[in-house]
Amino acid sequence: MSLDTETTPRARVGAPRGKAFLSLFKALGRGWLRDRSQVFFTILLPLMFMVLLSSVFGSTGGSTPRVLAVGEVPVLEGADPDDVAVAAAADLDEALALLREGEADAAVVQDGERVLIYPSPTSSTSGAIAAGEISALVDDVNVEVLSAAAPGEPVLTAEVEEADGGALRPIQYLAPGILAWGIAISGVFGAAGTIVDWKRDKLLRRLRLTPASVSTFLGAKVSVNLVVALGQTAVFLAVAALVFGLELSAWTWFAAPLVLLGTLAFLAIGVVIGGIAQTGPGAAGLSNLVTMPMAFVSGAFWPLALSPEWVQWLSYLSPMRYLNEALQAVVVYGEPPGAVLPQIGFLAVFAAVVAAVSWKTFRFDEL
Amino acid sequence: MDAAIEVADLRKTYRGRRTGEIRAVDGVSFRVERGEFFGILGPNGAGKTTTLEIVEGLRRPDSGTVRLLGASPWPHSPELTGRVGVQLQASAFFEFLSAKEQIETFAELYGATRDRAAEMLELVGLAEHANVRCEKLSGGQQQRLSIACALVGDPELVFLDEPTAALDPQARRNLWDLMRAINAEGRTVVLTTHYMEEAEALCDRVAIMDAGRIKAVDSPAGFVKGLDAPTRVTVAAGQLTDERVKELAAGEAVTADGAAVVFETRDPRKLLTALASDGALEGLAVRTANLEDVFLHVTGREWRA
Ligand SMILES: Nc1ncnc2c1ncn2[C@@H]1O[C@H](COP(=O)(O)OP(=O)(O)OP(=O)(O)O)[C@@H](O)[C@H]1O
Ligand SMILES: [Mg+2]
Repeated sequence: MSLDTETTPRARVGAPRGKAFLSLFKALGRGWLRDRSQVFFTILLPLMFMVLLSSVFGSTGGSTPRVLAVGEVPVLEGADPDDVAVAAAADLDEALALLREGEADAAVVQDGERVLIYPSPTSSTSGAIAAGEISALVDDVNVEVLSAAAPGEPVLTAEVEEADGGALRPIQYLAPGILAWGIAISGVFGAAGTIVDWKRDKLLRRLRLTPASVSTFLGAKVSVNLVVALGQTAVFLAVAALVFGLELSAWTWFAAPLVLLGTLAFLAIGVVIGGIAQTGPGAAGLSNLVTMPMAFVSGAFWPLALSPEWVQWLSYLSPMRYLNEALQAVVVYGEPPGAVLPQIGFLAVFAAVVAAVSWKTFRFDEL
Repeated sequence: MDAAIEVADLRKTYRGRRTGEIRAVDGVSFRVERGEFFGILGPNGAGKTTTLEIVEGLRRPDSGTVRLLGASPWPHSPELTGRVGVQLQASAFFEFLSAKEQIETFAELYGATRDRAAEMLELVGLAEHANVRCEKLSGGQQQRLSIACALVGDPELVFLDEPTAALDPQARRNLWDLMRAINAEGRTVVLTTHYMEEAEALCDRVAIMDAGRIKAVDSPAGFVKGLDAPTRVTVAAGQLTDERVKELAAGEAVTADGAAVVFETRDPRKLLTALASDGALEGLAVRTANLEDVFLHVTGREWRA
């Protein structure tokens, strides 16, 4: 047993910085790829959310209202099957039961000149849409009757001109939001979990005693996270486009710098959480506590305009709001990077402030 | 040439909200020469790890000075860390990497070759576990991997914090051989341990530490000699008459019960010759004073490793 110092030249100063960075990047990257829970969390979970949300929103937004005709309903006879799907019900009781079960969006009874509409009690939105369609049919009939009675008398007509070449299909609206959310959770949970791991396994302390500097190590760790975020974005947008029919604009590539900037901001939040938490479950709990409200007030899952005013105010504090807005602008609306400068500015300031806070509050001797 | 380590009057107090103040290191000074095998021996909580961490440059002391290979360990410099190898008490590994990938990463950080990494893995007997993930290695195997990582940079000075703590007796002996070999090549080794026999078997000099202080520093032989304690010679009862026992004791302490006679003598050679000529060697046991007695003497407390 001997350590042969003749054949192995003495290492004195250790590897040069660039080489040390590459070794650490390789080691950490490999570790990431082998951690199944990380892969699930960053890649699969956002995709699952996309499936879930697009089917929820897709079912109300896209389909035609289903209307039950109770007995004879002459007003429905002129209905275009593209606007309303009409089915017959034997009597009112049966129709109301079907409404309660969500089998139809409205029921209609016609008694001479009176048209009675029963919108769905279970789904107010689709009920209202169905009721609107029926009112429009009633109006059409009235216009016909009036024009026949007083020919030559002008009547008003309304035409709908669709903005942005048509209403946003749910996927166009949801994809940027879910992507922003995916970036947020992998950044926050990832950084918080890593810091807590380091507190436990003391890896950082061991590395501090190698010739590689701590900053090289932290740089490698952040770089792994940035590369992961880019991969996550690419996979997500590809699946959204190929499977869910998301239409990508020519400016979609600008999602890359946006996602990198967002990741820096969320990593900084995670570092603050990791500094406070002492255990893995503690870090996960705190991360949830921060990311859930951040997501809810961000407008990522439903339009901010539908939220109460105080939520709209709070949303100004959520970095997810800005990432979501910026991604939506460049990926979906095809706006050039110049149009999202305010969002970029906010994210940059946010990342810098939180990073400064984490730097100030972090107790390095815990690592 | 500078000493390998020079430490003067180190102090470190931990302040916890719940635990209050703990004086982990309370005025520690010592010096380790180049090429020396130096041991720090002490019970749990004595302050061994804290002392080592300060010397390595992981912790800043509240006061006191440290010179490591003639330089200050603080702030960190690659020039110094490249010459020092460290095995921490708690093994620290990159997650999800195999033993081989682990040590190759460390080798790269120290600017050492892949061959060197493979050689070290072989040296600690982990060659056939090279492709096992670190977290799947047994405690003792992790310990050995951690030692291999400490050696991969070909250090002049090696710190080993309780390297044999999780090892089985066979692995412990193997590691003793390894540590002797490391030291024989001219590397300075600093070892902490709970095991008296380990310190006795390996160290040129031993510091006995208790409650944050170094109570005494000497070579194991010097300690025992300085103790001037009698050798205890035990033989089975019933081989000697009471008169003969008294005669052999020659005025020194002797105790006898139904099972054994125990002589405490300062001239074991004469006593053993006499016992041999009487043919009274059944159940013979000779126990010279060891570090355990030294610890008792130095700290006034019984050893309870
Ligand atoms: N990070 C810390 N924070 C607070 N107290 C600590 C910390 N580390 C150690 N201590 C305390 O300092 C004292 C000395 O601990 P240290 O780890 O140096 O002892 P040790 O001799 O290495 O013990 P062991 O043989 O168990 O490894 C102990 O009372 C311990 O509780
Ligand atoms: Mg210790």
